[in-house]
Amino acid sequence: MTNVTNAVEMRAIIKRFPGVLANDQVDFDLRVGEIHTLLGENGAGKSTLMNVLAGLYRPEEGTVRVHGKLVNFRSPRDAIEHGIGMVHQHFMLVPSLTVTENILLGLSEPRFLMRLPEYHKRIAELEEQFGLRVAPEAKIWQLTVGEHQRVEILKMLHRGADVLIMDEPTAVLAPQEIDELFVTLRSMTAEGKSIVFISHKLHEVMAISNRITVLRKGRMAAPPLDTQSTTREELAELMVGRKVLFEVAKGLSEPGEVLLSVKNVSALNDRGLPALNGVSLDIRSGEILGLAGVAGNGQSELAEVITGLRPCTAGEVTAGGRVCSNCPPRVAIDASVAHIPMDRTGAGTSPNLSIADNLIMKAYRYPPIGKGWVIDERSAREHAEKLKGEYSILAPSIDTHSRLLSGGNLQRVILAREISGRPQVIVAVQPTRGLDVGAIEGVQRLLLEQRQAGAAILLISEELEELFSLSDRIAVIYEGEIMAILEEPDQETIGLMMAGQRGGG
Amino acid sequence: MATTTQKSSAGRRFALPFRVQFEPRLEVPRWLPLTVSVGAIIIALILGAFALRLSGLTHPFRAYANIAKELFGNWGGISDVLVQATPLILVGLACSVAFSMKLWNIGAEGQFFIGAFAASAIVLAPVLPAETPGWVFIPVMMIAGFVGGALWGFVPGYLKAKFNVNEVITTLMMNYIAIEWNNFFIFGVWSEGGFQMSPRFPRTAWLPRLADYAKEIPQFGGLTLHLGLLFGPIAAVMVWWVLYRSKWGYEIRLAGDNPKAARYAGTNIARNMVLVMMLSGGLAGLAGMAQIGGVVRRLQGAISSGYGFTGIIIAWLSKLNPLIVVAVSILLGALILAGREIGRSGISMLVQGIILFALIASEFLLRNRVRIKRTREA
Repeated sequence: MTNVTNAVEMRAIIKRFPGVLANDQVDFDLRVGEIHTLLGENGAGKSTLMNVLAGLYRPEEGTVRVHGKLVNFRSPRDAIEHGIGMVHQHFMLVPSLTVTENILLGLSEPRFLMRLPEYHKRIAELEEQFGLRVAPEAKIWQLTVGEHQRVEILKMLHRGADVLIMDEPTAVLAPQEIDELFVTLRSMTAEGKSIVFISHKLHEVMAISNRITVLRKGRMAAPPLDTQSTTREELAELMVGRKVLFEVAKGLSEPGEVLLSVKNVSALNDRGLPALNGVSLDIRSGEILGLAGVAGNGQSELAEVITGLRPCTAGEVTAGGRVCSNCPPRVAIDASVAHIPMDRTGAGTSPNLSIADNLIMKAYRYPPIGKGWVIDERSAREHAEKLKGEYSILAPSIDTHSRLLSGGNLQRVILAREISGRPQVIVAVQPTRGLDVGAIEGVQRLLLEQRQAGAAILLISEELEELFSLSDRIAVIYEGEIMAILEEPDQETIGLMMAGQRGGG
Repeated sequence: MATTTQKSSAGRRFALPFRVQFEPRLEVPRWLPLTVSVGAIIIALILGAFALRLSGLTHPFRAYANIAKELFGNWGGISDVLVQATPLILVGLACSVAFSMKLWNIGAEGQFFIGAFAASAIVLAPVLPAETPGWVFIPVMMIAGFVGGALWGFVPGYLKAKFNVNEVITTLMMNYIAIEWNNFFIFGVWSEGGFQMSPRFPRTAWLPRLADYAKEIPQFGGLTLHLGLLFGPIAAVMVWWVLYRSKWGYEIRLAGDNPKAARYAGTNIARNMVLVMMLSGGLAGLAGMAQIGGVVRRLQGAISSGYGFTGIIIAWLSKLNPLIVVAVSILLGALILAGREIGRSGISMLVQGIILFALIASEFLLRNRVRIKRTREA
């Protein structure tokens, strides 16, 4: 039964949480030198299974073998002693310390004196070996998110991991950083490391992995698949349990009058550096304008200027004929501008308030919910119940705190709130980021419905496929400037423009 | 296979036949908070009994019983407890309001003093002549106390909203200014014949006490309970209504939980900050007015036994719920009086401390469920 080429063998793992069977009789094999993807929707039990392997959880039943030897991990420390290291979705780094100091943190070597120069050299050697570029002397706060991830990988490699578990490593990365990560992962497998890749993004999974195990509701949806002999459609069906349409049917729409007009807008970012430089856009009723660009080229600043959250240094934004740039956010809200923010927990919702309170965040000012000084509790609750049903927000009740909701449900709360006000203008920033396939389809369908209903929609996304399937026109932004607005875009032109090449027309 | 597992785990450490697990609760049953709090107080009293025994008190539980009888066994005791609770309710509310917006107002003490000063000024400046009837005097003093405290809260609120000055520092510092400001008047301007206190207020400026009606209703004789008691519960209901039923309260709760979301929702955070600090200060100021109008009846130095700071504890123990503030304030009022009964002041503070710690620690049981599991045998 024991195959020596398997780095890890997990058999019939069962893990329960209060009220949930997170893993039900799950088997998982990892061959030496392969990249094995664990695929599944949010809450399918991927992270739970890997937390068992990494020693964070102990399974109720089942066995784990590492290189053929039966193990029973009590802590992540046990796991790393057996060469198993996990890179979590949320990084655990100390901002004020250097890369090397972060890597050494918690180790028994060095004992008292840090001997930093010596370790800087060792880390640099490790980086050389696996092609992970990051300055060992740099402080964490000076680094980008992609570099943080490299530090986390280095941490595990320095501890001697030969099995690396990557929990949704691409969720936080920009497209070119993803490419770099993939190069790194391949060079690690070439050096004999084995990698578990957790993801729910199908194109990445197809691009990087050797084999794929699909989990659905805590169970294996099928025996492990070879990547070569499967298709995205098959994977999606296994994941969701039904056929998924990748092309959302986009009806015809007749663009009407201009509802959102951005004229020569310039603005600064949080660090006081220019982020937008003379941006002009017009979006008409019944039209979706896609904004393509690599993250950090001014997209979020543009969304904030339009919604009044960021002042602009030049230019003007008008929504439905009313100026709403350099005004309090209230003005844009009154001008019927809806905002689906990128940061769902940070700005889009209030974690310790109930779902009902979160759903009235915009509507509380106006009748029937807001009457004079008072919030009419009854109509507020009716409103919330109605939205909970219409947008199928899965929660015990409207009194549940929003922090207990999953990413997809949280996004439904935001969409329900923003769209139910029948907005004239919608600014949607990465509305499907981090959602699973089924939820993405739902969000996209809602946006198309609003287009049909005559809203002017600015869709900011890093997923080119999404932009292509939803947008009527696509604008490309690079370093705060619009390269071009294309009526009939093609992938290649857009790719070049995202890299800074100016369009001809 | 299974035996291997057992062996490796037994080899590492001594294993109990069961293990205790804590699981976070998603929903808290309605009956639980009260049960857990009462349980915590009982456990604290048992622990406190040991402390009392060590300090030489032979029958600590008998002492508890005596104190309970003293405080709650007769109308006089109950009245004293309520008098003690009156300023506590108001400062507890003051802190709850500010903390709801995550404004750490630790200046309720100073706002209390300024409220007392402003109310005294009506009598002593004098703004109103001594022969003013009570029904004019008292409302004017209440307004003065509230406005005085509100102004003292306005300063840190405005500095925070406008220049992002840390309100912990400003409110704390303004406590000292308030106390010294009062001292200036007590020692100098309004000093009565060189004593460190103002002259006694005219009768019409006193908050009526139950004892004042002893002639009509003999049972009221000797009861010190004064009209100020009513301010607390009325204010509690009003504050609850504002926080949970008004647009403004919704904005406060939103800004307290997630300021970014509040901005995104289009609320004016800076204005709300200033207003909340003013409401908070006003409530503390009203407490100061109630204390001098109902108990002390003159302006002097020792009008507060750290009420402003006790208010912080009350706000947290009540989890910022204005209605629970009333109950917690009565409990703390009783504790303060019980401390005086025990005498040995250090020890009584110790027992109070144990009770507060037990209450705060019991929080853990509200947030987590305890499970005792038998460890699986091979």
